[in-house]
Amino acid sequence: MASNKPMKKAEPGKRAGSSKSAPVTLSEHIVEIISDSGEGAQRCGQSLGSIAARMGNGIWTTEIIPAEIRPPARSVAGASGNRIRIGSKYITNGGDQTDLVVAFNEQVLLGRVRDRELKPGCIIFLESMWRKHSNINISMAYIETHDRLVAAGYDVRETPMEQECQRLNADPKRGKNMFALGMLCYIYSFDLQAARDQVALTFGKKGKSVIDANVKLLEAGHQWASANLDFRFSIPATPAKHPQIVTNGNTALALGVMASGIELCAMYPITPATSASHYLSDVFEKVGGMVHQAEDEIAACAFAIGASYASKCTVTITSGPGYSLKQEAIGLAVMAEIPLVVVNVQRGGPSTGQPTKVEQGDLMCAIFGSHGDAPKVVMAPATIEDCFYSIITARKIAEAFNMVVVVLTDASLSSSQQPFNRPTFNESWLAPPIDQSPIPEGARPYDWDATTGIARRFIPGQPGGMHTVTGLAHDRDSHVAYDPDINQESLRARSLKLAALQKTLTPPEVHGDAKGDLLLIGWGSTKGAIEETVDILRAEGKKVASINLRFLQPMQPGIKEIMQRFKKVMTIEVNWSDSPDEEIIDESNRRYSSLAILLRSRYLVDVDCWSEVRGQPVKPSTIRRVALAKLKK
Amino acid sequence: MKSSATDCLLDLYDEQHELEDYQSGVPRWCTGCGDNAILTAVQRLCRDEALRPEKTVFVSGIGCSSRFPHYMKTYGFHGIHGRAFPVAEGVKMARPDLTVFVNTGDGDCCSIGAAHWIHAIRYNMNLTVFLHDNRIYGLTKKQASPTSPIGTKSNTTPRGSYLDALNPLSVTLGVANASFVAQAVDWIPESLFEIVKAAYHHKGMSFVRVLQRCPEWLPNSFEPWMQDPDRIQLLHHENSLQLSAGLSKVYKNQLQHDPLDMNRAREIASSEDVIPVGILYQNRDIPRYEETRQTGVLRTTETIRKGFDAELDKYTV
Repeated sequence: MASNKPMKKAEPGKRAGSSKSAPVTLSEHIVEIISDSGEGAQRCGQSLGSIAARMGNGIWTTEIIPAEIRPPARSVAGASGNRIRIGSKYITNGGDQTDLVVAFNEQVLLGRVRDRELKPGCIIFLESMWRKHSNINISMAYIETHDRLVAAGYDVRETPMEQECQRLNADPKRGKNMFALGMLCYIYSFDLQAARDQVALTFGKKGKSVIDANVKLLEAGHQWASANLDFRFSIPATPAKHPQIVTNGNTALALGVMASGIELCAMYPITPATSASHYLSDVFEKVGGMVHQAEDEIAACAFAIGASYASKCTVTITSGPGYSLKQEAIGLAVMAEIPLVVVNVQRGGPSTGQPTKVEQGDLMCAIFGSHGDAPKVVMAPATIEDCFYSIITARKIAEAFNMVVVVLTDASLSSSQQPFNRPTFNESWLAPPIDQSPIPEGARPYDWDATTGIARRFIPGQPGGMHTVTGLAHDRDSHVAYDPDINQESLRARSLKLAALQKTLTPPEVHGDAKGDLLLIGWGSTKGAIEETVDILRAEGKKVASINLRFLQPMQPGIKEIMQRFKKVMTIEVNWSDSPDEEIIDESNRRYSSLAILLRSRYLVDVDCWSEVRGQPVKPSTIRRVALAKLKK
Repeated sequence: MKSSATDCLLDLYDEQHELEDYQSGVPRWCTGCGDNAILTAVQRLCRDEALRPEKTVFVSGIGCSSRFPHYMKTYGFHGIHGRAFPVAEGVKMARPDLTVFVNTGDGDCCSIGAAHWIHAIRYNMNLTVFLHDNRIYGLTKKQASPTSPIGTKSNTTPRGSYLDALNPLSVTLGVANASFVAQAVDWIPESLFEIVKAAYHHKGMSFVRVLQRCPEWLPNSFEPWMQDPDRIQLLHHENSLQLSAGLSKVYKNQLQHDPLDMNRAREIASSEDVIPVGILYQNRDIPRYEETRQTGVLRTTETIRKGFDAELDKYTV
């Protein structure tokens, strides 16, 4: 029963008969590297993405992250790794199902199969060491899974990665990822020198001996693949004219903080936001900034408010639960009109929810959060590049309007990588020096402009500007006031600032037909998948288009006019909405997804919605199915 | 972080101010409220030290005591309940050139803001903190506070409060990096002022608990101590406060206490029968967070451009 007889496909080299054929040209491919946590599959995947980008390919990498730091080895839930979509053209999202997988054990594969992430017939390079494992339970589990995968039609190729690494006297636990990287570089016909350069960059900090050891593993993987594989792919690339950088959204966000003139980031650790602060902690001081790890989320927000009040706008970076905790302090910043940038890297909710998974569930909380009427600006970057520029814009808006600006990214943007044009530093991104000029006599700290509601801010240190800011209702002198007219006046002023900002915005760009049968509306990280779907549907002859809303509060002008040019309008979101197909759901009780509610109430247009909360980025194939169904209705 | 940059924008000049230069509005505290005594002492400090009103910030939370900034003609920040510490820390971190005071009450500091209090001690930033401790919630109309003596009858504890009081001095002395801990009482203005002054001059977080009367909700709660001067123990030392002839005459219960002696300070803090008044602990050598975090990097456009470009190089393919 427990036969150790090698499978026919166990040695790809022998099967291939060493006949080398020309690479098969592909327009795109999705490749995954998965392992137990700590085996370096993440790094392998990120490096592969960067190498592809060096070749001029479009890429989108997606992290596969277990929720625990050290999940049990060889467990279904423990899959850790990276998924790279490589294409000839610019890639805007993670795409659909995976074409090729490198797996360091068979158990981590099971979770991917269960989640329907692998394309039928997908090529699987599976570490073969488990077949002869001394623990009979392990070898049996391996054989059983292997056979099941083969029976299910997957193209399983058992690969002796462990054995090959040992041959180099390398610790396979640490080096297998670079061996796999070498294999993949061969498979996708990537330039080996570009790969060596990337490895040198990745391990740059660790010195030459570490770089050399990893380059050796990389080359070994490449050679092994060259000697043993009977196929090879090529994804033609068009190198970009402008230099490209490859980062994930959190790194882009942190780079944005560096370049925006913000000098201080106050934070408390929370997944999936923290990596932005990790990176900032490493580099911010070099440019005279600092990261303050506060004792809790509330303190982080209050610290940022105190620093903003006394100098330039600051930022606090958090995720859902932390965002909830900050609500009272955010209301204070709104009331006292202290500029503040709050980044919420959204994760699955409510409560602790799904810390490592993507969701867009905090939109309503961002717009309506904090008690009373607390108007604040809400922005949503849609791409990795946006994560960078949004912070610069957010800082400027916060200081120009003395407002709280909430930047909503999500767990998908935070960990996905995409190349974008290397930004050219611009002095105008920075904030002006702190105003310490004397305040003219008679000037008042809240001298709200009659039309825009905007008032000049007095900063401590300015002679003649002494006043006490307060979260209590206050008049133009910042004196506590319970006069009914004053409360009416001050809420009006704070509200008008949003309208004033809205007057400076431009309409969203329409992707696809200017008018037609169906308009898809999204916000945030779904932009790429929605636009790709629109392209597919239009190629199929459908009259469709999409818009992505960068500003959720205030909303850009022209949205109603765009919606009116389409017969049907629906939002695509990664948050909750009741399906109208439910037995007890009808128009009188259906809960729409967040953006749909906002659009319906603002524009009185019959906006339908489709949303899901599977913790995964929404796929173009899913959106296509939804859109086709909507077109048919 | 940027004190040097902001200082050079300012003319350095000496300026004298009168008491009224620091006074703003008419305090709306009850007659006989201990907050008035603290306000008087602090306004006198500002005048005597010639603090520049535009370079001085009073930060408070919520409660009777937290109205304090409104009565100072300086910059003020009247924030939200319990969060005076982190706001003040942010102000000080961004602007070490500003003199920052914190006014907080026993509910604000020891209950809703207790986490921030503990960590503020650890940060040991150069803040002068007054804990206005009247052992009761005032603004919300008489509820037991963490410092209410057990058995205190209040609107939430009509049959007497259930728990032993928290001792803010002992707690503060128990936290790493405590650098200045003192106690004053509102009814001895001379020593209150001397303690306020010593606190102001301390570099680091000076924590001054001021026992203050609340005539409205806990009248007579300090009566036994006021009636019997021997139940007030004045702390003095050559490295600490010295007692004036006048004070010595009235308050005979005096204790020589070296403020560097932490063990003794903890003993003194826990005395229940007498109220120790003076500096319990002072250590000038504890690092201050805003200085520890100084990098010496001067923020210029060029530094930012260079640092930013160097980072981009790491991600350029």
